[in-house]
Order: sequence, then structure tokens, then C-alpha cells
Amino acid sequence: MSPEPTLAAPRRPLEGSRAVAETVVRCRPQVVPAYPISPQTHIVEGVGALVRGGELEHCEFVTVESEFGAMSLCIGASAAGARTYTATSSQGLLFMAEALYNASGLGLPIVMTVANRALGAPINIWNDQSDSLSQRDSGWIQLYARDNQAACDLHPIAFRLAEELSVPVMVCMDGFVLTHAVEPLGVPGQEIVDRYLPPYAPCQVLDPAAPLSIGAMVGPEAFTEVRYLAHHRIETALQRFPELARRYAKLVGRPAEDLARGYRLEDARTVVVAMGSVLGTLEDVVDEARGRGLAVGAVELTCFRPFPAAKLRELLVDAEHVVVLERALSVGSGGILTAELAAAGVGTHARITTVIAGLGGRPVTAKALRKLIADATARRLPPLDFLDLDHDLLRRVHTRENGR
Amino acid sequence: MYRIRVHGRGGQGVVTAAELIAWAAIYDGRHALAFPSFGSERTGAPVEAYCSIGDAPIRSREPVEAPDAVLVLDATLLNRPRIFTGLRPGGLALVDGTAPPAVAGVPQLRTVPASRISLARTGRAMANVPMLGAFAAASGIVSLEAVHTAIEKRFPGPVSQANRDAVDEAYRYLAEAARETGEAAAPTAITAAREVHHVA
Repeated sequence: MSPEPTLAAPRRPLEGSRAVAETVVRCRPQVVPAYPISPQTHIVEGVGALVRGGELEHCEFVTVESEFGAMSLCIGASAAGARTYTATSSQGLLFMAEALYNASGLGLPIVMTVANRALGAPINIWNDQSDSLSQRDSGWIQLYARDNQAACDLHPIAFRLAEELSVPVMVCMDGFVLTHAVEPLGVPGQEIVDRYLPPYAPCQVLDPAAPLSIGAMVGPEAFTEVRYLAHHRIETALQRFPELARRYAKLVGRPAEDLARGYRLEDARTVVVAMGSVLGTLEDVVDEARGRGLAVGAVELTCFRPFPAAKLRELLVDAEHVVVLERALSVGSGGILTAELAAAGVGTHARITTVIAGLGGRPVTAKALRKLIADATARRLPPLDFLDLDHDLLRRVHTRENGR
Repeated sequence: MYRIRVHGRGGQGVVTAAELIAWAAIYDGRHALAFPSFGSERTGAPVEAYCSIGDAPIRSREPVEAPDAVLVLDATLLNRPRIFTGLRPGGLALVDGTAPPAVAGVPQLRTVPASRISLARTGRAMANVPMLGAFAAASGIVSLEAVHTAIEKRFPGPVSQANRDAVDEAYRYLAEAARETGEAAAPTAITAAREVHHVA
């Protein structure tokens, strides 16, 4: 079968943030409120430079006073019928929290990039996924990029999905590891994006000529029903996201994104589940383990909200041991993704254990993953493990505290 | 896969050096991945950045712990631990300067007066750009033409020519040094075969 001709632009060396900025501009947002925070800053700076350079017409790029202001402005602009985009990280996302719930509750199709970063205190600017996972109940769709090409490609899909469903979408990409990495990337051409993403046609807008209220008070008589409907609406993304991703993939000539994907799952007894940029190193290590005859595979979760329970059950049906590699910790509970998988019925027939890895920017190395897979296949993993934990440091802390 | 680690200080263009090596490798038709390891982002603080080059897409995103080449943009860093840690035996070690300092365990350490060349050619003592020419000559991993293209794209306008001249001078310096010592500065092949399996 010969590949269909596409309009795909050739790949060129680009920083992940720059490639995302260029892709976002191709999506023709009309309002972009921007507030800087590492490691996201290069993205809004890139969008700002492209708007100033005349590459995007009819766009208001607004520098605002805070992240709360950024999301509030997104809400107003989106309710007035504008395609709206912003980006943030870490504490910036937390500062938006109140507005996030309003954006989803009002059904506003805002798209936001989250450059994933740890949450303080102690202050830490480096990568993990605590920030976006803390907003998992905010009513936003959450997509996680495995690499920078995926981070680019998820944005046109996110706008299309958001506007079709009237639900806001976060595209999450690992801070620094992806945002600051330079590699060959293909930014979809304007013609492709225009063909894929029609102009935003809101079903309802705030208009001074025809005044109305949205988000007015709803009491006990209907609040449950409002949430019930929101839940069922976001769940339609489980069908629509793969379909929209396939359409996009056909245009750009790249493999389609999916809710979740398996890697070397044939007869795999041990399967490692993960989200984000760790997948690349993990797949290299899975290949090595397969070379040594170990029945190991991996599952990449791209769509965390809505949670693709059926898809994950299907991918993990033959696994004897599911190792969930988590880039965040629910203090006092354990793995966030593990709990979701267990609730989805994964682990009924398989052992499911958690490994907390790469918090606050600690690199998730091939060496550590090799040991993890060796421990998993030898059944040496406890229910909750921490990758590369510095036991000497912990002992010193214990000694100091006990000596007080 | 060929892995490079660049060391220097904040403000010396460490991240740019790693990125431009990746650009050059990509212009040569190879795959490359460059990324920084930021500490505290302060001018003068030690900074390192990584670049991996291969003939297949590069999936791994771990920092470079076992480099084939270490480039040092600031010789005052040489007394710090970790600069040459993990360097493959016989791997390329290049440092800014004129006389090779003695570093235990790194007999192959070579110098290139990158800051001096940069100051003369561009008016600024930025070791990073000449170091690209030196790396191209000493490793053969990226072509001089691709380094030129990377420089033109990154620094368009009047500064481009001066930076290319700086690259050329550092390239010649290393090529001549290699001839004098009888070392070959011949292109090196990257052996990186990888099976890629995707399960639908």
C-alpha cells in the first residue's frame, strides 16, 4: 500500500516549545492571554513573537497580571465566541484552579498547554506531573504527550475536540524534558490545519446586543443533573478523540494518536503503564529486556481525562503484573494513576503495583528502569515503590530527627 | 548513537552549543536530540547540556551519563567533579584554551582557543560557536557545511559571516593539530541499529 500524499511539512530542528507555539498559531486562536512561568514561558513568548511578526492576524495577544487573570480572560473571550488559548505550569495552574472549574462548568472550549512541573513547597522548577494531575477533577479533558511531535500534533486535535464537545482541553507536556528539547519536528502546514480545523462556530455567545446570563445559580434541584450531563459529555471524547486523531494523522502522514497504546504487548506478563516523556526511555528498556527473553511490554496513556477504562482493560487483559510508573504522588494515598486503573477493573486478575518516579526533575534513567523491570519480573516489587530513592539521605534525616 | 555533553557556565552559550550540534546533525540528515540540564539559572553558574545523534529516531530522554565526547567551554570548570565522568575510553575531550591542562584519567584532552578565536572574529569571547567547528573537525560526526547552515539559521544577518569564520578557524586549528600528531580527523560512522515495534 503506497502512502497517501500528504501536505506534511518536512521536519526541521526546533525546540519543543517553539514547535508548539508555531502549531498553536496555525490553529488561529483569536485571543491569547499570556503570563510567564518556567518551563512554559518559551511557548507564550513564541506565540507572542509570531503574532507581533504578523504571522497570525485577528489575534489579541494580551499580557495579563497573573495566571488567574489569564484564565479569567480566557473565560470571557471564549464566552464571547473567540477561539482562546493559553499556557501555564505548576503554581500558575494552581492559581487558575477556581477559574478552571468555571471554564469547564460553562462549557467553554479553551485549549491550554500545561508544561508539567512540580508543585512547591519546597520550590522546585523541574518536571513532574503533580500540577495537571492535581486538576484531574476540574472537568477538563487532559491529554499527555509522549514526545514533542505528539505535543504539536495534539493541539489541532485538542481545538477540534474542545469545540465539538464544548469542553476545555489541557495538552500536557513534560517541562524542560520536552519544552526545552531540540529535535527534528514537523509543524503542520497552515493548509492542513485550515482543512482540519474549521473556524470556531460557538452555539451560544455573550453579546451585548442580545443580553443573557450564563453560569447563573443552580440549586439542589438540578446541580446533580448538571454534573451528570457534564460527565456524560466529556465521556463522548472516548469515541471522538481517536476518530479526530485518525483524521488528523491522515492529513499529516504520521501514526494516529490514540487514547492509550500498547508497546510489545505480545505475551507480555509484566506491563509498565506510564504517561508522558518517560515512554521513550521505557520503550528502549523494554526492547533490551525483550532481547534478554523477558516477557515485558509497556502501555502509554495519552488521554487521562476522560479515563479510557475499557481501552486499558483491553490492553492489559493478559498482563500478570501491571507496574504503574507515576510522575506524581498523592501524599497519604500513593499512585494517582494506579487508583484509577484499579477502579477501572485493571488488577482484578493481575497484580498491580506503583512506582513513583522522577519527582521534581530527577531523571528517569534507563539504568533505573532496567532495575525496575528486573525487580518486577523477579516479583521483588512492593505495592508502593520509589524509583532511585536515596536511602542514605533518608537515614541521615531520621538520625537527625531522632537525636533532637 | 553518539552522545555529547557540553559543560560551561550560565551565559557562555552551553545550551546553544548543544542545540546547534543537533541542528547540524539534522541538516546532515541524521536524527538528533539536544536538551539542557538547568541548575539554578544564574549567569556564571555551572551548566551542562546534552546532544545525542543517531541514524534512527532518538527515544531516550535521559541525561548523557556515558558521553562519546565532552566539550568544556570554560577551563575553570576542570577542577570540578563530574566534568569527564562516564567519558568513553579514548572519547573526545575538548576544552577552551591554548595549552592542554593535565587532567587525571583524560590523557586525550585537547584544547582549542575558542574564546580567543571568537573575540578576534566576532568581538565577543563566546567559546561556544568556535567549539562547534572544533567538534566537527575532531569528531567527524557533523559536517562543516551543516555547522555553517546551523549558524546561518540561528544567527542570521551580519553576525552570521563572523561566526562562520570563527567556526572555520577552529576547524582548521583542530585539523592541523590532528595532522601534526598523526591522528585522523576522519568522519566517524555511528552504529545505532534499533528495532522498532509498534503494536496497533
